[in-house]
Amino acid sequence: MTLHGAVQGVGFRPTVYRLATRLRLGGWVRNTSAGLEIEVEGASDFIQQFVTELRTERPRAAVVGVEEMVRVAPSGASGFEILPSDDSQEKTGAKSAAVLPDLATCEECLAEIFDPTNRRHLYAFTNCTLCGPRYSILIGIPYDRPNTTMRNFELCRSCRREYESHGDRRFHAQPNACADCGPRLRVVPETKEDPFAHVARALAEGKIVAVKGIGGFHLMLDARDSVAVRRLRERKHRDYKPFAMMMPSIEYVRRHCDLNAAEEELLLSGASPIVLLRPSSDNDFAPEVAQSSSCLGVMLPSSPLQHLLMREYPFPVVATSGNRSGEPIAIHNEEALARLSGIADLFLVHDRPIERTCDDSVVRVLPSRQGNRSQMLRRARGYAPLPLSVTDELRPVLAVGGHLKNTVAIAIGRQVFLSQHIGDLDSLETRDAFQSVIDDLCRLYRFEPQAIVCDLHPDYASTIWAQRRAGQLGIALVQVQHHHAHLAACAAENRVSGDYLGVAWDGSGLGEDGTIWGGEFFHVHQDGFDRIAHLRPFSLPGGEAAMRDCSRSAASLLWEIYGTGHAHFSEENGAGSLALLESGVNSPQTSSVGRLFDGIAYLSGAAEENLFEGQAAMCLEGAMGRMRTDASYEINHRDGVGDWSSLVEELLADKRCGMELALISAKFHNALANWTVSVVRESGHRRVVMSGGVFQNAYLSNRASMLLEAEGFEVFTHHLVPANDGGLALGQAFRGSRILEGVASCV
Amino acid sequence: LAHGGGGRLTNQLIEDVFLPAFSNAALNSRHDGALLSAGGARLAMTTDTYVVQPLIFPGGTIGDLAVNGTVNDLAMCGATAVALSAGFVLEEGLAMETLQTVVASMRDAALVANVPIVTGDTKVVDKGKGDGVFINTTGIGLVVAPTSIGPERIRAGDSLIVSGDLGSHGIAILSVRDGLEFEGPVLSDTACLWPSVNALFEAGIDVHCLRDLTRGGLSSALNEIATVAGVRITIDEALVPISDVVRGACEMLGLDPLYVANEGRFAVFVAEEDVDRALDVMRGQTVSAGALRVGTVYERASGIVTVRSRIGGNRVLDMLSGEQLPRIC
Ligand SMILES: [Fe+3]
Ligand SMILES: [Mg+2]
Ligand SMILES: [Zn+2]
Ligand SMILES: [Zn+2]
Repeated sequence: MTLHGAVQGVGFRPTVYRLATRLRLGGWVRNTSAGLEIEVEGASDFIQQFVTELRTERPRAAVVGVEEMVRVAPSGASGFEILPSDDSQEKTGAKSAAVLPDLATCEECLAEIFDPTNRRHLYAFTNCTLCGPRYSILIGIPYDRPNTTMRNFELCRSCRREYESHGDRRFHAQPNACADCGPRLRVVPETKEDPFAHVARALAEGKIVAVKGIGGFHLMLDARDSVAVRRLRERKHRDYKPFAMMMPSIEYVRRHCDLNAAEEELLLSGASPIVLLRPSSDNDFAPEVAQSSSCLGVMLPSSPLQHLLMREYPFPVVATSGNRSGEPIAIHNEEALARLSGIADLFLVHDRPIERTCDDSVVRVLPSRQGNRSQMLRRARGYAPLPLSVTDELRPVLAVGGHLKNTVAIAIGRQVFLSQHIGDLDSLETRDAFQSVIDDLCRLYRFEPQAIVCDLHPDYASTIWAQRRAGQLGIALVQVQHHHAHLAACAAENRVSGDYLGVAWDGSGLGEDGTIWGGEFFHVHQDGFDRIAHLRPFSLPGGEAAMRDCSRSAASLLWEIYGTGHAHFSEENGAGSLALLESGVNSPQTSSVGRLFDGIAYLSGAAEENLFEGQAAMCLEGAMGRMRTDASYEINHRDGVGDWSSLVEELLADKRCGMELALISAKFHNALANWTVSVVRESGHRRVVMSGGVFQNAYLSNRASMLLEAEGFEVFTHHLVPANDGGLALGQAFRGSRILEGVASCV
Repeated sequence: LAHGGGGRLTNQLIEDVFLPAFSNAALNSRHDGALLSAGGARLAMTTDTYVVQPLIFPGGTIGDLAVNGTVNDLAMCGATAVALSAGFVLEEGLAMETLQTVVASMRDAALVANVPIVTGDTKVVDKGKGDGVFINTTGIGLVVAPTSIGPERIRAGDSLIVSGDLGSHGIAILSVRDGLEFEGPVLSDTACLWPSVNALFEAGIDVHCLRDLTRGGLSSALNEIATVAGVRITIDEALVPISDVVRGACEMLGLDPLYVANEGRFAVFVAEEDVDRALDVMRGQTVSAGALRVGTVYERASGIVTVRSRIGGNRVLDMLSGEQLPRIC
């Protein structure tokens, strides 16, 4: 029996051992580069029972992707043993054993840390097969201690005994350690005081502390301290983007945020992501933590070090990744000390190396008709690099994602290994991270791509890289249109096969006609897609400048409706945009719903600029507050084009009459949802796939889904993978493989 | 064919179509001009075709460009122009007055550059088959640079100097072609660069590489150099000279001034210890009075250009495909 997936380092072999011995079966179990291999022999009833029970008694952290069984001749074995890892497949082919993500400290370990009689009392690197670092310390596959950054720490006698006994929770727990033999903490600048007491005092004094975590450094400071938060913003050059917070306990979160069961479950899960929550009225966080958002990013401590720190300082702290804005997270002590020296006042570090960076993941819960479902916004620590299983056998392709929020993916068989969030490819540091994540994935899985898949945009850094690399390797380059990749990602994670109607609403991506798309309805089929409907195009005066300054999109909408002479252009900025609109200089055409949001946010008074991606849209959504209504503007759909002109005119009239912003915003959101329903109805499809960054808008995503489901349509949205460009690589891998097959079958 | 605008697509065209067809040592080195030796003399030769609209713009005409552009390409090879040819493609219906203005400005530019236009050609095409005037100029120059000049001589630690403020030419053209008004008038920077280059040689400065910052601006020039040299070139955003008017215009237009064309600006690479002297020499020449050190060369095999922004990050300046299509999603 061969089990593929995340089956190593989770206590699987002892489970198999216990089960086989209980059923008196002979044979063995071992780790291989493909996963876990088991051979059992004995009475057929017992073998049957073994197979059934193994499915239900899996270790908690295991994720079994594919299960294969073959019948072999009995060898007469009577005992059952755990064999050493088999590296014989080393020399051939891709490895497919999934690497487990880093897992939050389990209950058992936590109890030990806080038990004064336990030998791991207050030990900051406690872990077991149910918890602890994995991906971030992994050097190679199979997952064995010599293949991790723990290889430099020699196990002491007590730890070795645990590591070697089948019955122990720490049997083959690769990062197993204790205060006698494992990693140690250090504070920089040095102090004689207890490290946690020292850091707690610094936090209380409003200092900024860089704390080495699982996948990188966090910058921490007291989240109630406005002065300290402002100081961090200044030092990080991050003026507005909300900061995430770490809160001391789930009880604390319950007291200060509106929390439902699904959100609580996520916070306490092994992945331990940042969860977006609404603060309750009773909270004492500094407003500077998340000024432009009605949501707060909240996480709980997920490593023993963080638990110990939070016990010493039981208050909410800002916990943001230790980087300059736009740079990937710092991992090495020296690098972090150098890069963060201008930001952090002191450092809490340790000597367990981090092999690769992993940011905190960001998730939120959306109510839906099927109950609460989570929506991934940034997929990294706790989730990456778990593979996504897809319906089809894929070609071995490397997909390199978009330009912003980049992730990359490799396809092996029916699994796609999607990397952790890498970041925006604007900076040198992120480009280097992009390169090393690709090298790393290919090396770990001994993967040789048959083709490289990238976006259609010629100037994405990922596209430029892909073109050069494919040329060097002499392999095919496959370009997949941005929104097609978005939809393919959503279809892949939902295991949708066959035709469907795709709704791709986005900031902007290059379309096949050379204009900027982002408000698209596709009929998606085996051979590709037909663009059956889209938003009425308008210009983006100043290109990327229009994506920061919302007045430009607003001016463009007005210019389309009223032409030159309209009074609106006497407003500030309007004049500059007007000159561009009339001359057409650097004013690409777009059908983007994201840009429509910008224009509407400006015209309605909700926001003026995007200092970070999607800010204006977030403000406009936030402006709705608790307003719920069916009132709506109208998008007039004719000949496959959704015309927003009467929507804009009515909105301006409402505004002149003094209608409250909450209602204006709700009417706008409803108009978009209604437009979707009417296009879907007309399309003849029963299945609808919705993707693209705009669907991170919780209200819109919900409203459109509910309206469609009420009419009996089957709606698929993102849960495991971000709807934003962080999900592109999955869709590229999926679609790219298809295209490659098509090419091969034509030849 | 969609390979306008310079940038990566034009490069691809050259690599896919022209190089394979014409391949030879001088061409394959892919300089703006070819270095030849004939009868013991070290010669440089270059050719360029000018298709700008409008034909007459603030600060110059297509005629100035045709002379200065070719003289400058020779200068970037370390050569002083000896003679120029001029080929004209004229569209039927072109106003005689316009042609005369263009030709007069060519004569003046040639006088300033001290180079005769020794041969020429004229073709008139039907209305609608040209765009007023196209001019091709070819130049022959005598190499006076004492050492070889080119990207391959650039070393980690070298400094990058630009000869003056950037972006005026591109913005001047846009302002008249598209009727855009900015905070003040912008004149093209078109000029002959030879006096400044010559002064560097005369001062005995070991110039490693020279490049004029024409189409695609500073970014494209540096990307080509970084790729060939296999280095990382880093410029400091705060040091790059850009006039307030050009900066304001670029903000309004949503253009990055580092990608905007110049016709009278060039980049110089010299060893760190020669920077101050090179700056002194350049500032003594009118055409490079605004010379500044703006960047440094670091090791990096794959070749890349970065800008250190005012807040400390290292933004990558890519070689773009042509138009600046938005990359923000
Ligand atoms: Fe997108
Ligand atoms: Mg030239
Ligand atoms: Zn544990
Ligand atoms: Zn130990």
